Amino acid sequence: MSKYIKENLDRDGVDRRGFLQCMAWAGTGALCVLQGGVLKSFALGDVLQQKVKHLTGDLSFVQISDSHIGFNKAANPDVTATLREAIAKINALPAPPSFVLHTGDLTQLSKPDEFDTLAESLKSLKTDRIFYVPGEHDVLNDNGELFHKRFGQGTQGDGWYSFDQKGAHFIGLVNVLNLKAGGLGSLGNDQLEWLKEDVAKLKSSTPIVVFAHIPLWAVYPQWGWGTDDSEQALSYLKRFGSVTVLNGHIHQTMQKIEGNIVFHTACSTAFPQPQPGQADSPGPMKVPSDKLRGLLGITDVNFIRGKHTLAIVDSTLQD
Amino acid sequence: MRSWKMQQQRTDRIFATVILGVAVVLSLALASGALRPRPVAAAQQQSPANVVTIDNFMFTPMELTIPAGATVTWINKDDVPHTVVSVDHKFKSQALDTDEKFSFTFSDPGTYGYFCSLHPRMTGKIIVNKAQP
Repeated sequence: MSKYIKENLDRDGVDRRGFLQCMAWAGTGALCVLQGGVLKSFALGDVLQQKVKHLTGDLSFVQISDSHIGFNKAANPDVTATLREAIAKINALPAPPSFVLHTGDLTQLSKPDEFDTLAESLKSLKTDRIFYVPGEHDVLNDNGELFHKRFGQGTQGDGWYSFDQKGAHFIGLVNVLNLKAGGLGSLGNDQLEWLKEDVAKLKSSTPIVVFAHIPLWAVYPQWGWGTDDSEQALSYLKRFGSVTVLNGHIHQTMQKIEGNIVFHTACSTAFPQPQPGQADSPGPMKVPSDKLRGLLGITDVNFIRGKHTLAIVDSTLQD
Repeated sequence: MRSWKMQQQRTDRIFATVILGVAVVLSLALASGALRPRPVAAAQQQSPANVVTIDNFMFTPMELTIPAGATVTWINKDDVPHTVVSVDHKFKSQALDTDEKFSFTFSDPGTYGYFCSLHPRMTGKIIVNKAQP
């Protein structure tokens, strides 16, 4: 942990206290409420029950991420089973989510049968619709062609798109294609141009939710946990009162607020990865099998129209 | 007297044998080239070392020098897939899962930068010298 703090060279504005708070949340679940640009957080517990009931309002949706179907190494030999547990957890929510976002790495190796298993498993989700963005594991050898054909119908360019729900504007971005040697995740000029136009027509009071696989903030560039041109994308969103950015890729929950923007990363449904700088590499982390489900999970987001309020609740497969 | 002389003769004989033995070993060694410094290029061609290991999200060695015509093999020891992609589009592997390999033969001298297109912070370099005559 000290390594991350000392090398706080990534201009992300995470101070030591904020970072430690984020880390304390990891794997334990947290309720985060954004009101008028100020983030309030509550540990999961008795407070949570009350707040969740209170905040369940106009729209609720769930984010899942990093299912890695096809992975079978020591860190989790049965990723399909843990995905099914995540689905069961979503289906047990008091109210079914309006939709589910999958923020990428559906598969381990972009294989047709892995996509099949993922799609088959998600059919049992009690929700109206599932939205996807690809992770780098979904675009391995064909530049994302198969993913695009199966999960990206009707999208723009290399798979980006937006939609409106209950007055909020949702934007799915692709930052895992055409990566440059030595660089990080990349959106590219075409997508940035599209994004600029996509939000130009919106009122500044419109709540914005952006989702993409690789974090759109510099979580830990040394491990590639960031996106080269994310600052330009975020500059188009500065005028909006409420912006929430949801990412996956790093297989742990982390959160920070910067001005009007709340950044949040979700747990994986497959296997955990180490905290920044706490291992030789960001590869799959083997934990004792009775600890695994405490490090996997889902993210539940509630939105109340007119209050600029998004409540983000992480919960692990264990609790 | 006699016994002393015999003793002396035996000692001489043993000494001569040892000298001869050393000479034989030395000449054999020289003939085989074991004690001669080898040209660097020859050592590179013979060693099994034209292998780049992918481990912990790193190419090891990050920089490898080979003679033209040599083949480099990359092997992935990580639990996640990686690729080997030339910066100048000269070569490109499929995604390599755990223990999978990719080989490429470098015919022309030059410096070839490459990276993993999935984790682009992972970079490496192959330096190809002129082949030894």
